[in-house]
Amino acid sequence: MALFKKKASCHAAATEPTGRGKKVALVGNPNVGKSVLFNALTGAYVTVSNYPGTSVEVSRGSAVIGGETFEIIDTPGMYAILPITEEERVAREILLNEAPDLVIHVLDARNLERMLAMTLQLIEAGLPVVLVVNIMDEAERMGLVIDIPLLQEKLGIPVIGAATAKKRGLADIRQAIAGFDRTRHAVFGYSRRLEGDIDAVAGLLAGNYALAKRALALLLLQRDEEVAALVRKTEGERYGEIEARVKEKAFERRGSFHLDLSLERKAIVRGLLDGVFCQPDQRRATFGERLSRLAVRPATGIPLLLAVLYFGLYKFVGDFGAGTVVDLLEGKLFEGLFNPWITGVVKGILPWPVWQELFVGEYGIITLGIRYAVGIILPIVATFFLFFSVLEDSGYFPRLALLVDRVFKKIGLTGRAVIPMVLGFGCDTMATMVTRTLETVRERIIATLLLALAIPCSAQLGVILALLSKAPGALLVWGVCLLLIFLVIGFLTARLMPGEAPMFYMELPPMRLPQLSNILTKTYTRMQWYFMEILPLFVLASVLLWLGKITNFFETMVDWLSPVMAAIGLPRETAVAFIFGFFRRDYGAAGLYDLQTKGILNPRQLTVAAVTLTLFIPCVAQFLIMKKERGLKVALAIGLFVSAVAFGSGWLLNEVLVATRLL
Amino acid sequence: MKLSEKAEEILEALWIAVEEEGKGYAELAEIKIAPDDPAYRELASLAFIEVREGRVYFRPEGKEEGRKTIRRHRLAERLMMDVLNIRGETAEDKACQFEHLLNEGVDAKVCTMLNHPATCPHGKQIPPGDCCDEAKKSGDLGVVPLTELKSGEEGEIAYIQTEDSKKMQKLMAMGVLPGNRIVLTQTFPSYIFRVGFSEFAIDTNMAREIFVRK
Repeated sequence: MALFKKKASCHAAATEPTGRGKKVALVGNPNVGKSVLFNALTGAYVTVSNYPGTSVEVSRGSAVIGGETFEIIDTPGMYAILPITEEERVAREILLNEAPDLVIHVLDARNLERMLAMTLQLIEAGLPVVLVVNIMDEAERMGLVIDIPLLQEKLGIPVIGAATAKKRGLADIRQAIAGFDRTRHAVFGYSRRLEGDIDAVAGLLAGNYALAKRALALLLLQRDEEVAALVRKTEGERYGEIEARVKEKAFERRGSFHLDLSLERKAIVRGLLDGVFCQPDQRRATFGERLSRLAVRPATGIPLLLAVLYFGLYKFVGDFGAGTVVDLLEGKLFEGLFNPWITGVVKGILPWPVWQELFVGEYGIITLGIRYAVGIILPIVATFFLFFSVLEDSGYFPRLALLVDRVFKKIGLTGRAVIPMVLGFGCDTMATMVTRTLETVRERIIATLLLALAIPCSAQLGVILALLSKAPGALLVWGVCLLLIFLVIGFLTARLMPGEAPMFYMELPPMRLPQLSNILTKTYTRMQWYFMEILPLFVLASVLLWLGKITNFFETMVDWLSPVMAAIGLPRETAVAFIFGFFRRDYGAAGLYDLQTKGILNPRQLTVAAVTLTLFIPCVAQFLIMKKERGLKVALAIGLFVSAVAFGSGWLLNEVLVATRLL
Repeated sequence: MKLSEKAEEILEALWIAVEEEGKGYAELAEIKIAPDDPAYRELASLAFIEVREGRVYFRPEGKEEGRKTIRRHRLAERLMMDVLNIRGETAEDKACQFEHLLNEGVDAKVCTMLNHPATCPHGKQIPPGDCCDEAKKSGDLGVVPLTELKSGEEGEIAYIQTEDSKKMQKLMAMGVLPGNRIVLTQTFPSYIFRVGFSEFAIDTNMAREIFVRK
C-alpha cells in the first residue's frame, strides 16, 4: 500500500501540469497484454514480457482520443476482485479509491471461460466496463471460434476482439473509450439464497461508495479486511450492526462460501458462453507446446538449460560481448585512439599535473571511469540484457522456475525466485529490486542476501571469465566454490530464518517467438536505466580514488588491509582491487586484471582473489537499493555478513589450495 | 446386541496379541481391563473368548468380532487425524471413545468417506470390510489427490482441501474449480496440469490438496 501511495503522489506531481482527463484503468489477469495495450494507447513504454507479474507498479500515461485527453492507468495483474497478493491489492486500490471513468478488462481469448468470472465481478461492482478479448490471433490458430457480437449482446457492455501485440483491434478500443455509455450493462442474478444474503448485508450499507453495494456486500461476506476497514470508516456507528450481520451470514455458510460463490459464477459464465465459445474436438499441439514439453521434462530440460547457458551466457555474453566487442572498444578504440588523444588535449588545457591526474591519470574520470563504463561494461551489459530479453519473451523462465523449484525449496526459496537470480547475473542492483515479486518477506531477505553474496553481475562476470580463462583449473575451482557457497549459505539461512514454508504455483504462458522490436526496446530501456544509475557512480568513484591518491589516504587503506590480504595468502598490492570493489563490483575485478597483466599473481592467488572478490561486498548502488527495499538494519546485517563470509571463504580456499597443491 | 466398551477393548487387545504378535493367547495380566471385570463374563457368555489359567483365548466367533472391533478403532483414528485434525494423545483418547459409535453400518460409511484406507495413522493394517472389497471389485478409485494420478491421466476436480483459505482462493482464481476437467501432464520435478487452455505448475504440497475424481 505504502508503495502505491508513494507512486501515486509522485505521478500526480508529474501529470498535474498537463491537466488530467478522464481516467481509464486497464485491469485483468497477469500476462494477458495489459502493458502492450497501455504502450499502444499512450505511446509510452513500460516493460512488457511473457512472464506473469512483470508489472509490479502502477504506470500512468495520457492519450488523446477523439480530441479528448484521457489518463490511462496500467495496473498489476489480478485474478479476482478479492485481492490475495500485494500486486492485486495495488490494482484493487485503483478501483476502490480512484473511481475510474472507464475500466478496460483485458483477458486472454483462450481462457475466456476462466477469466470471464472477473468481468462479472467488475460489472457487478457497478464499474463502467469495456471488455477486450485479447490474443485472438493465437486462439484462432488453435481453432477456437468466439462470437464477439453475441457476447457483447449478452453482457450488455462493449466487447472487442483484439490482438494488441499485432496492433489488431486498437482502433475499436479507442472508439469504445471515446464513445462510452456507462448506463448500459446486463445484470446477473445468483441463487435465491445467495441473493438473500447479499441483500441482508447490502441493505445495511448507507454510505457513499465507489463500488456498488452489492459487490461490497459480497466482499464483506468473503471477509475482505480492506473493504471492512473502508466500511467501518464510512459507516461509523452503524458498522457494529453490519459486522454482526456479516459474521452471522458468514457463519451460516462457513462450510463453503468461497466455493459456492465461485461455482455460481462459473454457472453464469457457462450460460454466457453458450453459443459464443466453440472449441475444436482435437487439441492442436503447436510448435510452442512441443518446445514447452522439452523444456519442462528434466531429461531434456536440464540439457536444454545447459545449452542455453553455454550458448547464451558463455558464448554470446562471455566470448562475443566480453571478448570480441570489449577488445574492439576498449583495446582498439580507447587504449589505441581515444585515450592518447584526450590525454594530449587535457594536458594542453590544464597545465597542473594534479588536475591532469583527475581527468586523464591512472584513476582519471575519462581514462578510467569513462573507459570502463563504455569500453568494458557497456558491451557486456548490452549483450546480457539482449540474451535475458529473448529468454523472457519466449516464455522460458516460468519453465525454468518449475524445473529448479525443488532445489530452490532447499534454500528457502521457490522456483519463483529464478527471475531475480538470473537477472542478478546481469545486474544485482536491478535484481534486488525485482525480489519484490516474491511472496513472503523471508523469501525476499534470503534472495537479497544470496544476490549480494554469491551472484556475480555480468560486468564482474565478464572480467573474471576473461581473467581466469587463462588458467583453466582456476575457472573450475572458482565456479565450484561459488555454487557451493550459494547452496550452503542458502541452506543454512533457510534453516536459521523463521517463517512459513513458501508454496509454489505458477501459470505457464505459451512459448512464443520473441518479437524483435519488443526485445530491442526492452534491452534499450534496461540499458538506459543501468547507465543512468551507474555512470554517475563511475565518475564519483574516479574522483574519490583520485582524492585518495593525492591525499595518500589510499596508501593508508592499503596498509590497513594488508594483514587481511596476508591472511588469505595474497600479495599486498591486491588490496587495491578490493578498495576498487567498494565502488563497483566490476571495478574490483578489473583491478585484478591489471595486477595479473603485471604478473604479480600466481594461479592460486588469482583464484583466491577472484573468489573473495566475487563474494565480497555489493557495490554502492546495490547497497542503496538493499537499504530501500529491506530497510537499513537488514542491509547492514547483510553487508557485514557478506564481508565475513567473503574473507572467511578466501582464507579457507587458500588453506585448501596450499594443502592440496591443486593449482 | 451391543458389546460394552470394556468388552470391545478386551477383544482389541486379544486381536493384536493373536493376529499381529503371533501369540496363541493374551496374558490376562497384560490387558488393561482388570481380571475380575464383568466384561470377561460378558464375552465368555457370548462364546467369543475363553479364560484359562490367567490367559485369554479366542473362540472362532470371537475372532471375527475382534477383527471388526479393531477395524472400527483404526478407522476412528484415521477420522480423528485426517478429517478432524486432532492429533497426539487427544486423538488416541477420542478415537477410543468414538469407535464404539461406529457400528451397524456407520463404519462402512466412514470407511467410504475416507476412501477405504489400508492402514491406521501408526502404520498398522486396517482389516478390510465388505465395502472395501466391493470398491476393489468395481475398480472405483473414488476421489484421490492429484499426486495419485500418473502423468497423462485426467479427471474431474472433486474438491480442494486446504486449511489456508488464501491458497484455496488462489487455486480457484487459477481455474481449479470443482467440476472442471484437469489433465496432468507431468509429475516431476513439479506437477504440471492443464485446465481449459491454460497450463499451471504447482509443487507437491499444493498438488496434495487438489482432489480429483478419475
